[in-house]
Amino acid sequence: MSKYYLNYLDELESEAIYILREVWAQFENPVILFSGGKDSILVTHLAKKAFYPSKIPFALMHVDTGHNFPETIQFRDDLVEEFGVQLLVGSVQEAIDKGRVAEEKGKNATRNTLQITTLLDAIETNNVDCAIGGGRRDEEKARAKERFFSHRDDFGQWDPKNQRPELWNILNGKHFEGEHFRAFPISNWTEMDVWNYILRENIAIPSLYLAHQRDVVWRSNSWIPVSEHLKLEEGEKVENRKIRFRTLGDITITGGMESEADTLEKIVTEVSSMKQTERGNRTDDKRSESAMEDRKRQGYF
Amino acid sequence: MIDNNQLLRFTTAGSVDDGKSTLIGRLLYDSKAIFEDQLDAVTATSRRKGHDGVDLALFTDGLRDEREQGITIDVAYRYFTTPKRKFIIADTPGHIQYTRNMVTGASTANAALILIDARHGVIEQTKRHAFIASLLQIPHVIVCVNKMDLVGYSETVYNDIVSQFEEFSSKLYVKDVRSLPMSALDGDNVVNRSENMDWYQGAPLLHTLETLHISSDLNKIDARFPVQTVLRPQREGFIDYRGYAGRLASGILRPGDDVTVLPSGFNSKIKTIDTDKGSLSEAYAPMSISVTLEHDIDVSRGDMIVKVKNQPKPMQEFDAMLCWLHNDAAKPRAKYTIVHTSNEQKAMLKNIVYKIDINSYARIEDDTSLHMNEIARVTVKTTRPLMIDEYRDNRVTGSFILIDDTTHETVAAGMIV
Repeated sequence: MSKYYLNYLDELESEAIYILREVWAQFENPVILFSGGKDSILVTHLAKKAFYPSKIPFALMHVDTGHNFPETIQFRDDLVEEFGVQLLVGSVQEAIDKGRVAEEKGKNATRNTLQITTLLDAIETNNVDCAIGGGRRDEEKARAKERFFSHRDDFGQWDPKNQRPELWNILNGKHFEGEHFRAFPISNWTEMDVWNYILRENIAIPSLYLAHQRDVVWRSNSWIPVSEHLKLEEGEKVENRKIRFRTLGDITITGGMESEADTLEKIVTEVSSMKQTERGNRTDDKRSESAMEDRKRQGYF
Repeated sequence: MIDNNQLLRFTTAGSVDDGKSTLIGRLLYDSKAIFEDQLDAVTATSRRKGHDGVDLALFTDGLRDEREQGITIDVAYRYFTTPKRKFIIADTPGHIQYTRNMVTGASTANAALILIDARHGVIEQTKRHAFIASLLQIPHVIVCVNKMDLVGYSETVYNDIVSQFEEFSSKLYVKDVRSLPMSALDGDNVVNRSENMDWYQGAPLLHTLETLHISSDLNKIDARFPVQTVLRPQREGFIDYRGYAGRLASGILRPGDDVTVLPSGFNSKIKTIDTDKGSLSEAYAPMSISVTLEHDIDVSRGDMIVKVKNQPKPMQEFDAMLCWLHNDAAKPRAKYTIVHTSNEQKAMLKNIVYKIDINSYARIEDDTSLHMNEIARVTVKTTRPLMIDEYRDNRVTGSFILIDDTTHETVAAGMIV
């Protein structure tokens, strides 16, 4: 009977499909949180598998900081077209214009934390009862404690010390009106698993992940891309380098690394010999030892 | 990584003092799952706290409260990969008040590591951990006698502890128990062989984890297919398609198999087994698939497709070992929602048969209360029959949870006996 076992990627895939189907069965109005990054792209592809031959039954929800890579937006729109799904956008710019949030001030100001209010507003106005995310437990120590089905109270907050126990694969998505859930179907995947799977399934990803020439400045130990939103500081100079991005987020805080990896195969090889964590180039996580935990408690992704 | 590598999930039980965090840190560090920036952060913290060298235990630090109090509050999941396997560690706290976390971590594990401090031998906590491993039917248990450096790497000490363990664990039901001496702090017998214990002929821990035979941990005999949802594409090429989507809990299914849909009892044949990559000639647990049937019969979420000649028992009243998980104690004869596979019913705790003292394994017969972290044999009554197997035969169709309808909290986990 030895042939009757799944390899690790097939097992992770099967688990993710199971979770996505549970979301569909247990919630009225679930959406996929779509950032244009590889993890949310992967979740969208897994949703396609989970419901084939039906269409993906979830809308994609994008929390737009207004500080985007143009490539990400193009990629998002193409994917929406290809899969025939609905796109919902929560705009940080609109939230600022309406006075819901105020821009951070100072040298390291970002719109990162402003996404929390925008996300929670978008969840509320669209009556979303479950937001499916591409969060992985290997990313960060607060995320290591996440459940597959993660409860959020009336205020969208996460209480890590008071989570519902999740036994076997029985998922409890019961909630009161006004509360919602976050679901994390790829919780058990590591960065390496994601890349190996993208390679195996030949999943299209934004070109930003592949090595390319770009104008950048050296800041906080990584290459920050030049854009209309970047204010040069004294002593900083623009250089043209061959870089790629290991994660994608807000263009003002996503650092690139010098690389020659311009194919998926080369990325897999490069990632397997990486010496720094994936989020090491994210200035949003560098603010304090519990930066992610604090944001997550308030309702972050 | 090699494509046919398997995934092994294991749980670690132990208190801070057993060196559990150090062991996990050692596994992550020696298998090169630690990145430079993580190492830098931990090195800096170690120095600030006045440790010599790197305190490996800091790699498993989690939430702010845990770092401040030096404890583990909740199950944390860790990942590492070797050229042979991918591993998921469910790192659970070992204190008595955290039985619920140990049970949670154990529920999906292939293997349990039980840590024993060589200086103290088998203590109450060891018995508790062994009991939970047995209760949750973890197929493989590895007893790690740790801190051997503090007992002079003594073979006699090790052998005594192993026989103590064997003596009390003979009352338990564990299929595969093995043991090894180690020092997680120095890395003896964790990833690399110990040079201090020539008398130990067995393999180091990592090699054991890499080679445990786990393919037969899942039941491949009894086909059980709980339906999660029905796929009705209503689009060109699939107008009449009705696919029953789910994850095969156990066993094997093939097109042409004679099947029964429970609870209705209608018989049919499997027509196709579909995935987005095409139809399959067979499917086995734990694959997620979509199944079509030859006949147009009513099938919906909560139903189970099984083979005509191998069916679970439809039961409306059954006994189970129940672990209470919530601060609010069990209310006798109160109604709860029971979730068993994809099926949901109302249930009542009809009777608490006996409670178990998980330290002595003694039965407490005349106590009808059931509080957080307590385990009891109970009789459950449901509004409609559930399609159950014994937990010992099937971890999916033999398990359930109870949900309190007034709070929506998961309050108990049950294993059908």
